Parts: sequence; structure tokens; C-alpha cells
Amino acid sequence: MNYFPDEVLEHVFDFITSHKDRNSVSLVCKSWYKIERYSRQRVFIGNCYSISPERLIARFPGLKSLTLKGKPHFADFNLVPHDWGGFVYPWIKALAKSRIGLEELRLKRMVVSDESLELLSKSFVNFKSLVLVSCEGFTTDGLAAIAANCRFLRELDLQENEVDDHRGHWLSCFPESCTSLISLNFACLRGEVNLGALERLVSRSPNLKSLRLNRAVPLDTLQKLLMRAPQLVDLGIGSYVHDPFSEAYNKLKIAIQRCKSIRSLSGFLEVAPHCMSAIYPICGNLTFLNLSYAPGLHGNKLMKLIQHCRKLQRLWILDCIGDKGLGVVALTCKELQELRVFPSDPFEAENAAVTEEGLVLVSAGCPKLNSLLYFCQQMTNAALITVAKNCPNFIRFRLCILDPMKPDPVTNQPLDEGFGAIVQSCKGLKRLSLSGHLTDQVFLYIGMYAEQLEMLSIAFAANSDKGMLYVLNGCKKLRKLEIRDCPFGDAALLEDVGKYETMRSLWMSSCEVTLGGCKSVAEKMPSLNVEIIDESEQMEFNLDDKQKVDKMYLYRTLVGHRKDAPEYVWIL
Amino acid sequence: MEVGVKMGMKGGGDEVGGKEKEKMGYEETELRLGLPGDGEVVRKRDFSHTVDLKLNLISTSPTDDKDKNIVPSHLDPAKPPPAKAQVVGWPPVRSFRKNMLATQKSSGSEDSGEKAAFVKVSMDGAPYLRKVDLRMYKTYQQLSDALAKMFSSFTIGNCGSQGLLKDFMNESKLMDLLNGSDYVPTYEDKDGDWMLVGDVPWEMFIESCKRLRIMKGTEAIGLAPRAMEKCKNRS
Repeated sequence: MNYFPDEVLEHVFDFITSHKDRNSVSLVCKSWYKIERYSRQRVFIGNCYSISPERLIARFPGLKSLTLKGKPHFADFNLVPHDWGGFVYPWIKALAKSRIGLEELRLKRMVVSDESLELLSKSFVNFKSLVLVSCEGFTTDGLAAIAANCRFLRELDLQENEVDDHRGHWLSCFPESCTSLISLNFACLRGEVNLGALERLVSRSPNLKSLRLNRAVPLDTLQKLLMRAPQLVDLGIGSYVHDPFSEAYNKLKIAIQRCKSIRSLSGFLEVAPHCMSAIYPICGNLTFLNLSYAPGLHGNKLMKLIQHCRKLQRLWILDCIGDKGLGVVALTCKELQELRVFPSDPFEAENAAVTEEGLVLVSAGCPKLNSLLYFCQQMTNAALITVAKNCPNFIRFRLCILDPMKPDPVTNQPLDEGFGAIVQSCKGLKRLSLSGHLTDQVFLYIGMYAEQLEMLSIAFAANSDKGMLYVLNGCKKLRKLEIRDCPFGDAALLEDVGKYETMRSLWMSSCEVTLGGCKSVAEKMPSLNVEIIDESEQMEFNLDDKQKVDKMYLYRTLVGHRKDAPEYVWIL
Repeated sequence: MEVGVKMGMKGGGDEVGGKEKEKMGYEETELRLGLPGDGEVVRKRDFSHTVDLKLNLISTSPTDDKDKNIVPSHLDPAKPPPAKAQVVGWPPVRSFRKNMLATQKSSGSEDSGEKAAFVKVSMDGAPYLRKVDLRMYKTYQQLSDALAKMFSSFTIGNCGSQGLLKDFMNESKLMDLLNGSDYVPTYEDKDGDWMLVGDVPWEMFIESCKRLRIMKGTEAIGLAPRAMEKCKNRS
């Protein structure tokens, strides 16, 4: 191996792009470690508290692209208080001080302040790409700084962030000299944007391939933008309300027809359903369609639209499509790989318009299906068994029956057998989310069959510690385990604490683990941070080891206790 | 029932939207901390209790809908269905999405209105009928323009650039219109009567209009008695 000069090895390593593979390469021997670290440009950090920015910078001086994830997944569902942590500022500050030529920053579930965005915009001359997913803490002022200062910006992609919209002129802050934009997504912003500035920006961005607008962009602006950017590949429509007999609508039809490259369509945040025929000309080429924010589109109009989308590979939709609509999907979208059905009324289980029937239809009609997120009113074992038979290729299978702990409505049995069939049939399953009435039995199946499982989400399930033990003992590749409202206690938690070092993190809330149990884990495993989140201030007054812990989050780390935890987080 | 409810958190109360509040029937202020004794004992520690509650809710709701005659004494169909115990963080939907859908629901009623009001439109002499959604328009003029466009292929410029209605509103032109081969929009109302379009306020019109008919001017004479009167007087 060491017969080759370093440059040759480096060249070979260039072809190795996956993070996992590069990590493996670095472990072979010292010289490979050295060569790998100098040539590494892209780093992915799944938990921002597992490592410090200083150590990252020291190891990878050639870093160009950094991906960071902050809060635990359940923070998406309000189970983690807002100021728990995940601040990006220290990272940007450390990178800015160093000689790192950062070009790309991708953040998920992190707290991003305007101050950080400003610092980011001023510190890296070649900064090209900012992607923020499910983040919070910034306003449009921060975006203005990015627009104004990042002279070679190619990508500004904001997905589902909570942004304080000051209705400022952040879009106008892109200077006339900025012509490098390839991707601009501001669909999650709630406020007005300067439409003239937007039009001018799009006009001077010949490389623009992806444009996702927010609700404040009206139809006639959309039409003008499409005329200026017929090369678009990905389009997110903001407002789609207009009079079908108006001039504007005719112009739009013409504009859309010119956009022959569009493969991905989303938005319709406001929609007049009887005007969808203008979209038909581009439907035949679509590979991704996201209508999950378009509650105004349902029934026949929706079905008719879908019938035009024969090449669809990914479909994100609301449950108002109904089982019947899913039947149309099954007949039309033979290339479908990913399906996500979101609840249009998250608070009322009875209004959920899809049941096990829709899923069975899709599984029968779309043999390439490998990724599923399905919110439904009910599920049966029989249906799951059929789905498992029809689609053995699932990589991601996330099922959420809106009524927690609901059994199979036909047999009144728990759904153990159904999910068991899924894990047995889908040998490549990496991610699984369970729901409905489940006993320890389903976990026995998971432990036995889900050999590739990396992430498991459990809620309101199991009878005893055995459930958790089956999983911890069986799933060798498990990286993330998140559990809520299950009767798992200290016995399960403490059975094999070494296992947690092989995982990224473990979340347990509203379970039976005690303070004493958590302390025990922390004592035995100094390489883990064991955090107790307790907002009710019980911990201050009552440090009895026997008391149950409301929320526990533990994760492996190389840098010990974090210093930025708020007062209601105890790190044991 | 307070089981399974832990409303309000220190961090942010925005996740529990106004809609949920109404259903719960709470009059308390928005942030309501789950006190340690309260939530703990009932919700978290006693799984069998929670299971019973859930199954209870499941079994009672179907009977509610199906048998209105045989209503269990403790259920009153006049009252809204019992508020389901809302569990924090369930269903697992991102709060961004929940908020967005809530916003769309509340403003949706202004924008696209309730269900579309499609009515048939026939025009004398045209080979087939059309349909329009009356809720797409806000004034008679808009409707008139739309209709003119729809049927422009069937009239040889008889409607005039100002559309059917404007001419009609003008009395002197009315005579020409009624005597000539111009067209007049009429509609059938809820009572089954054929009325002239334009008399009542727009909102009232779309509520009562069942179908539209664009009549030849000469045939519309019977619908405009006052104009007829004048017509007679002048000639």
C-alpha cells in the first residue's frame, strides 16, 4: 500500500465520496489517515455536540463543506424546549478565525442567529451555499446580510424554518453584480418580498435551476419569472389563484409550456383548483411532486393532475387525496419510489382520509416503492402483510396511525404481525417508525430480522423492558433510537451500556427510567453525555434517585459536557 | 378530561394553536404548565389507565354517528363530540407544517371561498352549454366579460366591446338591444323564475342563481316590463 506516493493515494481517495467510506479509509493506517484528512473537503456531523469546531478544524484543514445537525429529532414535535441548544454561532466563529475556506454550510434543527449569518457572510470569500432545514432564531435581516455580502452565492435554500419576517428588502440586497445563483428557495417565509427585485434577480441569473417562491408571490409575477427562466428544473409555486378567463392566465399557460426542463414541482400554497390544467403540459416530465402544502387541491381535480404524472418517482401529498386518489396513483405512477402522505388535519384522527386500503393499492401498483411516510386513520395486519409481500425493497418505512395505540380494527389484535412481516420481508430496511397497538412481540421480530436497521422510532408501545432489550441486542447497526411513552425502565437501559457508544444517540421520554438509572449510565460511560431535560423544576427540589425522569437524551461525544445547556438541562 | 394533556411549555406556546384550544373548551390563559403532581400521576405512570381511556374514546365515537336514536344517556348529540385528549407532540408532524396548515385554513375562507358555485350557461343558438364558477368573480362586469369571451365564437361581434351587461344597463341602448339581435343574460333563481341579470347585489345573485341563459334580445322582452313600457311610449 505504501508503495504509492501520497499524491496517487490522494487521487484515489478523490473517488471515495461517501462519508462512511472516507471514515473507514482513515482508519487503515497512519499514513492513510494523514492523506485522507488533508484531502477531505466535505464533513458531515450528525450531532453538533459530539465534536468541537476546534478539533474539526485541526483535523481537516481543507474543509469546504460542513453539514451539522443540532437538536434531537423529537424537537420537531415540540418535545424539546426551544433553547435547549444547537447553536451554530460558536462553529461559525471558530471557522471564521481559522484559515478554513468554507464554501458550503448545511444545517438542520439548529439555532441560527442573525449575528451568525452576518459573521458567516463576511468571513468566507468563496462562500457558495447555505442550506437551512428546520432551523430557527433568525430574521430576514440575517438573510439580507447573506444576500449582500456573499458575492459568489450559488445556493440559498430555506426549508421549513421558523423565520421572523421583518418584511425587509432582503431580496433587494442581492447586488447587481450577483449573477451566480443556481438555487433560491424562500417558500417558508411568510412576508412580502420586493417583486421587482425578484424579477431582476431572476433575469440576471442565467444558471438558475431551482426557484421556490413563497405565498406572497402572485401569479402574474410567477408568469414573468417563468418567461425569464425557462431553464428551471425545480419550481415551487407560491400563490396560484386567478381567474381562468383572464389574460394573466393565458400568459401563464404560454410561460409554463416554455419550461420544458421542469422535473420537480412544489408549493401551491394558495390554489384555485380549477386552474390546474395550465400545469398539465409539464406534468408528464415530473419526477418529484410536492402538494403537501396545498390543502385546496383535492378530489377530482387532484386526481386529474396526478393522472398526467406518469414519470413520478417521489410524491408528497395530503391525506385528502383519499384511498381512491391513492388508487389513481397506483395506476398512474409506475416509477414511484417514495410516497409521503401527510395529515391535512393533524388534530382530528377521524378526519384522516386514508386507511390501509390506499397503502395496499399503492404497494400493488408501484413495485419500486422503497420509502414511505404514511399518516392514516387505521391499519390492519393483513394490509401490512400484503404490503410487505408487494414491496420487499423498503429502505424507509414510517407509519403513523393518528390515534395512538389503535389496534387492528378488524381483528382487534395488536399490529405486531404486520410490522413483523415488514421487517422480515424488507431486508434492506434502514429506518422504521411504528405506531398503533404494539406489544413486546413486534420488538422480538425487529431484533430478529431488522439487520440493517439504523433508526427506530417508537411511541406508546410494548409491555415491558423486554421490548427494548430485543432491539438493543438484535439490531447491530442501530444508530438512533427514540422512544416515547413506553414502559421501558432501568433494567432495559442498563443492560448493555456499551451499546450506546456504537450509536449516535438515544432519546427516552415519558418512560420508566429513573434518575438513578441515568446516573448509572453516566458513571459507567464517560464517553457519553447523559442529559436530563426537566422543565418542571422537580430536579431542584427532589434529587431522589428513584424518581422517574421525564426526558432523557444521551449521545456519544469526544468533547465531554457541553457548556451551553440551559438551567433545566442536567448533564450527569 | 385532563389525561394526556400537558398544555403549554415554557419554551414556546405557539405549538398549541387556537383551534385546539376551542376544542378543549379551556378558558384558561394560553400557557398552562403541566404541574408535576397532575400530569405525572395520571398520564405517564399509569399505562393501563391511558390504554383504557384511548379504547374508550375509540368505542364511543362510532355509536355517536350511527345511532342517533339510541344515544347512551351520557352522550348528548346536541353537544359537540367530546374533545379528544390531545397528547403533546402527537401526531408527529413538524410544528412548521402544523402552523402552515392552520394559517391556510383560516385565510383559505377569504381567498377561494367555500365550495365553487358552478352553474350551467346556455346561449341561444350555441351548439353546447358551458359552465362557470360564479365564485371566481366579484362583480357583474367580470362575469359579463367572462361570458362574452366564452361565447365570442358564436356571436358575430354583437356583444360589443363593453360586454353584454353595460349595454343593457343603458336604457337607450336597451331598446336597440331588445329590438336587435343582441344578447341578454338571464338567470333562473331558486324559485324557478327567470330573471334579468343585474338587478340584485352581486352576493345575493350568486346565492340565488341556479343557471344562466343568454337570450336573444328579442326574446328577452318579456323580462323587462319597464323597458317595454318605455319602448311602447316612445314608439
